[in-house]
Amino acid sequence: MTSIIETENLTKVFRGKVRAVDGVTFDVKKGEIFGLLGPNGAGKSTLIRLLCTLTRPTSGTAKVVGFDVVKEANDVRKHIGLVAEKMIMYNHLTAYENLLLFGKLHNVPKETLTKRIDDLLELVQMSKWRNTRVGDFSTGMRQKINVIRGLIHMPELLFLDEPSLGLDPQSSVDIRELTQKLNDEHGVTIILTTHYMDEADMLSDRIALVDHGKIAALGTPAELKKQVSGSDTVILDVNICNLAPEIVAGIKSLECVDKVLAEKPNELKIFARGQGSVDNIIDVVRSNGGKIDMIKNVEPSLEDVFLKITGRKAEEKTIRGNNEGRRRPWSGGFH
Amino acid sequence: MGVKQELSNALWITWKDLMELRRSKLRMAMMILMPVIMMAMISFIFPSSSNVLNSIPVATVNNDIGLQGSYLLGTLTSISALNNTLAFKNAASFEEAKDKIIQGEASGAIIIPENFSETLKNQNYTANIIVLIDDSNPQISQMLSQILIQAINGMSQAQAVMNVSGYAQQRQVNPVSIIVPYSAKYQGVSGSGGSYIEFMIPGLLMMTMITSVMTGLPRAIAYERDVGTLSGFLVAPIHRISIIAGKVLGHVIQGLIQGVSSLILAILLFGITIHGNILWVLLTLFLGVFSFVGLGIVLTSVAEDEQTASMIMMTLTMPMLFLSGIFFPIQMMPSFMQTIAYCLPFTYAIDAIRRIMIFGVALTSVGVDLLVMISFGVVMLLIAIPTFNRAMTR
Repeated sequence: MTSIIETENLTKVFRGKVRAVDGVTFDVKKGEIFGLLGPNGAGKSTLIRLLCTLTRPTSGTAKVVGFDVVKEANDVRKHIGLVAEKMIMYNHLTAYENLLLFGKLHNVPKETLTKRIDDLLELVQMSKWRNTRVGDFSTGMRQKINVIRGLIHMPELLFLDEPSLGLDPQSSVDIRELTQKLNDEHGVTIILTTHYMDEADMLSDRIALVDHGKIAALGTPAELKKQVSGSDTVILDVNICNLAPEIVAGIKSLECVDKVLAEKPNELKIFARGQGSVDNIIDVVRSNGGKIDMIKNVEPSLEDVFLKITGRKAEEKTIRGNNEGRRRPWSGGFH
Repeated sequence: MGVKQELSNALWITWKDLMELRRSKLRMAMMILMPVIMMAMISFIFPSSSNVLNSIPVATVNNDIGLQGSYLLGTLTSISALNNTLAFKNAASFEEAKDKIIQGEASGAIIIPENFSETLKNQNYTANIIVLIDDSNPQISQMLSQILIQAINGMSQAQAVMNVSGYAQQRQVNPVSIIVPYSAKYQGVSGSGGSYIEFMIPGLLMMTMITSVMTGLPRAIAYERDVGTLSGFLVAPIHRISIIAGKVLGHVIQGLIQGVSSLILAILLFGITIHGNILWVLLTLFLGVFSFVGLGIVLTSVAEDEQTASMIMMTLTMPMLFLSGIFFPIQMMPSFMQTIAYCLPFTYAIDAIRRIMIFGVALTSVGVDLLVMISFGVVMLLIAIPTFNRAMTR
């Protein structure tokens, strides 16, 4: 398969010191859904902005749809669609007018444009709202218009930046189905950033875990999970009704235990490896007077992969301590 | 691609801005109301020659032992009763008159000295009348002293005519020509009364247009950048100049709507006449806006967000407005301020539009003004476009 994105040592440094994207090299194949996963401030948005020609790399190169993002920016722009985290639409204009404006700016011929707008509205079942102002829509409806707006010029490559952020469950499902449909039926290559692990898991053909501006791991969801649940690793959910600090300390001190997390009250998530590790854990809990209500072996999720690789949770809002933990100026999208 | 396509892109961006404006009724109403209210305010609060002074209280003190004093005051009273400018009230003494002024009961006083009739009869000296003025209010005091002195001089002249009438009869001449051999008569070159509002309107028009673009443009671009919609334009395969041009055109049209609506109001309410060619007026307005577009874009690029953009704009436009000669003639400013004023392109824009609208001069006679505006505009645009490009891909 041919590559639609090729980057080499792509780097973006802000204000001479903050390395938002730090020497990233990767390929995206034509026709795949490629997930970019990582906590806020990991550099996902900056990476997307670099690939969309919205910001210039400090060093390194990127080719998108065969064109250089700096030297041939306008050629790149002709072939890509962007659905940014901040919706690109004007509330005072109707759905039709918003689509018309961006169709015109992408030089879509007059004859095809009207039909295409109607087709796209049909695709997201919004035909009857064609002449309603976008400002009167619910967030879910607006997001649908926002997505098809990015498709108005039939791009080969679509960037979907946090498409289901802030949507109700039904709308999220709709957007996910739409994403899948675009990829399956229309052959659009999709770059999806999200920090919803299950969304990335469900949709992506391959996933890059982004952390500290670098790609920490890259592979299919199955490959990534194998890194966690490799040969002898087990993940246990243990429910202890009289959970006490001594019990946790006891489990942590075991040699076979990699990591212990307290996610809910009275519930522990334990990463362990090696033969007989389950037995050892149960022994420690009992010897400390703990009562086990339930114990179950869980399939690793991408969350676990992320945890294992970075030692942190992906959905936490502020990941970095000290001065890097401030909300960075570009994390909000445009700057 | 090509120029035609880029032009179409710019026009679509303009279309978008104007559609947004049209859909927001309140914004549109305010846009038109703002300059109208401003103009109405300015024309009503600033003094014009005819209707401003009304029944100004003036205290009169008559210390004269003879009859001439009360005769003079009586005549003054009956003259001012005709046009109702002054309202006289008696006071017993100089001190009481002064007190009345301090208390705010009178704006001025006329004090006729004890020996007034005596001196007049003697004809060896000129009799003095003291005019006391509330000088804590410079505008009123200046105007009142002018009126009072004019009235007293008039009376004095009438007295003189009477005094010399015998002599004039002998020589068979008009007594006035003996007393006033020559006098000055002033006349404006514009051919219209030369009222303050006439002086203001052209400047106000230019100001409305320029501030509309200067403050509107950076705010609009910074706003779109903040909410993220600007990315939609930036990621489209269009030239960056088309984005700028589209935005600018949208604001120029808004400025024109504002300008024209206030011009129509000025014509209807204040009977303003435009002496110059309306096309030249529009062209000059356009050039005035053009000269500031570049600066507006540079500031947009520098500002990080909408609020910063507005603040920079306010800080810059306020002094420019006051120094440009819209409100006060530049000639009345101290010389170092005049130097600063002549460094600002705003000043030239105001000068040009004023001379075209009031005197109806041809474009060639404001050539220097136009040249300054165009060169400033071109230089700023040359700086602005790369600055904007760099700022947008920061």
